[in-house]
Amino acid sequence: MGVGVGEHAQRMIGRARSIRLPLAAPSWPSTVERPDPERRLGLEYDHEWSRRYPARLARAMVMDNIARPVARVLAPATVRGLEHLRHVEGPIIFAANHSSHVDTPLLLTNLPLEFRHHTVVAAASDYFFDRTWKSVLWSFSLAAIPFERRKVNRKSVDTLAGLIEDGWNLVIFPEGGRSPDGWTQPFSGVAAYLARRTGSPVVPVYLHGTRHVLPKTPDDEGRAPGGSGSESQRGGRLRRSPISVLFGAPLTPDEGENANRFSGRVEASVATLAREVHADWWQARRAVSTVDPVPGAGTAHRGPEAPAWRRAWALDRPPSSGRRTSWPE
Amino acid sequence: MSRRPGFVLEVDKSTPPTLFWNGEGFTLETLPEGSRVIYAPEPIKALDDPYGAIRHALLHPLGDRDPLPALLHAGMKLTICFDDISLPLPPMDAPDIRQMVIETVLDMAADAGVDDVMLIAALALHRRMTEDELRHALGDRVYDAFAPHGLLTQHDAEDPDNLIHLGQTESGEDIEINKRAATSDLLVYVNINLVAMDGGHKSVATGLASYRSLRHHHNPQTMQHSRSFMDAPASELHSSNWRMGRFIAEAGVKIFQIETTLNTDTFPSSFAFLQKREWEWNLRDRASFAATSTSLKGVPPRFARQIFHSITSPHAMTSVQAGEVEAVHAVTTENVWKQQGVDVQGQTDILTLGLPYICPYNVNSIMNPILVACLGLGYFFNLYRGKPLVRQGGVLILRHPTRPEFHPGHHPSYIDFYEQVLTQTVDPVAIHKQFEESFATDPWYIHLYRTGHAYHGVHPFYMWYWCAHALEHLGRVIIVGGDPKAVRRLGFSPASSLNDALEIASDVVGPSPTLTHLHAPPLMMADVH
Repeated sequence: MGVGVGEHAQRMIGRARSIRLPLAAPSWPSTVERPDPERRLGLEYDHEWSRRYPARLARAMVMDNIARPVARVLAPATVRGLEHLRHVEGPIIFAANHSSHVDTPLLLTNLPLEFRHHTVVAAASDYFFDRTWKSVLWSFSLAAIPFERRKVNRKSVDTLAGLIEDGWNLVIFPEGGRSPDGWTQPFSGVAAYLARRTGSPVVPVYLHGTRHVLPKTPDDEGRAPGGSGSESQRGGRLRRSPISVLFGAPLTPDEGENANRFSGRVEASVATLAREVHADWWQARRAVSTVDPVPGAGTAHRGPEAPAWRRAWALDRPPSSGRRTSWPE
Repeated sequence: MSRRPGFVLEVDKSTPPTLFWNGEGFTLETLPEGSRVIYAPEPIKALDDPYGAIRHALLHPLGDRDPLPALLHAGMKLTICFDDISLPLPPMDAPDIRQMVIETVLDMAADAGVDDVMLIAALALHRRMTEDELRHALGDRVYDAFAPHGLLTQHDAEDPDNLIHLGQTESGEDIEINKRAATSDLLVYVNINLVAMDGGHKSVATGLASYRSLRHHHNPQTMQHSRSFMDAPASELHSSNWRMGRFIAEAGVKIFQIETTLNTDTFPSSFAFLQKREWEWNLRDRASFAATSTSLKGVPPRFARQIFHSITSPHAMTSVQAGEVEAVHAVTTENVWKQQGVDVQGQTDILTLGLPYICPYNVNSIMNPILVACLGLGYFFNLYRGKPLVRQGGVLILRHPTRPEFHPGHHPSYIDFYEQVLTQTVDPVAIHKQFEESFATDPWYIHLYRTGHAYHGVHPFYMWYWCAHALEHLGRVIIVGGDPKAVRRLGFSPASSLNDALEIASDVVGPSPTLTHLHAPPLMMADVH
């Protein structure tokens, strides 16, 4: 009689179990407390490898041969304001609004070649660097640098300043995270501080339409109490949608201008770019003019001070005159 | 991460196999559930600036001693003695501690205008060091400055012209030590304290002594009353040395003692698994273990021996203190315990040990069966304070190939001891009475000791005496994997596997004994409560 399949399988399992150290990984004695694995994640993650030549070469190949063609199909972009970058002396701090995870790859793929492969991205250390695989993935694919977004952290600011001083351009989202409802959040002063410290100009960037390519879901940062909202039904899936990328004129801090005031100027510049999507440059510029401002225009991009439904209503309301006047879309 | 202390693991189903040294190799053994494994504390961080620490120690001596520069002056006779090849184990990466200390001392002596300086290797009855070994210990700069002029010598315990009898202690112990050292204006002793047994008055009273002097404490009676060698207050060996040391000081020999301690970072990174807890082995450790243990099995023992003896250790200095002998040694001993001490509750019926390829007396040489016994029963068994790890009448299980191989140049009298003495009796007291004197005074052995690189004729006796306390204490000694004939010659029981050894041990300790394994390397000392 031959050996039955079940018996054979059992024997194989028995053999597999009998494989022990050193062929198998050692078991952990139950009487010994297992320490937390020593992981250098978050701000401690060592990302230096991602700026070495082999990683840069591989990243450039992926970005130019895969990411850019995909982006062109998925999110065909209208890019405006590239002329502002022609004569600016780098390195540059790109300060952009933020409403989707695709903001970073879409911005990078739409950067001119001379910036595209020499740019690092400040990424939330608590979100993009909380797992080893995420740290490796984002460091490699986006040249992401862990950044403490919730509080002032000297180390993360020093790291970014060091990289700028080493000649790297920086993409940073001064809002500190994606907009929860589509309206913008107040800018932190970090981009302005870095500009003051390093002497690099800040180029304001407005990304329009990325929220429709990959919306933010409530699950991303915990669902709001009692809410199930439309975003949860739409979110988490890539959708084809056109986008606009607008670059503003480079800004440098004025003599004696502190970081907070300069940050306000950067935010206002992004707001002006937002208006340009729906109007022309002159109208947008006029709306935030310091001489003859449109009432409320300076803070219109943050949305109305109203309950959530009204903010969402105002955001997604079809433009009555065919052109939207609020920011974002 | 802060340094983790040593601890005692209780073996259960989830415990991975335990690493055992096995001479020039290692093996993994599965210990019975309920066994204990004693793991050593992790290495202490090395001193950041060893030269600075040495200088500080010499300028800020302990006890009743002036700073070294104040003791040095033109026209004086200065002798610098240092520990020999038996320390540290394995030999350390260059620069050796002795080199660092002696260079600093010589700098101060040169500044003070001292012309008459001599360096002496304090090797007692050990073999003379080779030029390569001296160069490794002292560095080329020191060697080339002193050796060509005959100012770097090795203590000769059989040179009547260079020994001086200082008298007898109140216990009738003769004190005969190196004449040059004893008649110097200042004797600087440079020590390496690998274990708590080293250093103190033992440095001069033993390292620079003759057979006439050593026989008073290197005998079965003293060894049986040293419980243990690592615990000086409970060690008759140390009591005798302390009596002698104090007599030497009273006789006017001015000693400036410099003692150093090492951390237990014992093996280079390619052997990192030797120092790690098995459940923390990563892929590299497992691959290193598999590769080395498999390849070592395939090479002749002599090649494996060469591979292991070529290893130098990365261990580094953790403390240095200088000044009056006893004040210095108190601090040194405390530092050694800080590195190596592990608290252990209660004794065990069976103690298991894996023995390595090296002991203090076979550096660049062969670990013969007598040295295997000495390492297991003399050294490892004595790595305790309080009570022995194994109970009275318990069983000691060693793992070592125990091949009947000897280095004819280094251990000539060992061969005759093995063939002529151990075939008659293994009782240390009987051996001492019947055979010691003839070996100790044999002109051929003395000739080989003085002119070649041989251990003194009496040395194998001393190795056997080191076992005396364990032999008296234990019910049985079993060697797993050892050459059966050689193991039986030693008076021990051979076993082919650990399970067989446990079966044999059950005759002595019953069917359900307690078992403890001392997981070395690195070295540790058990504080048994």
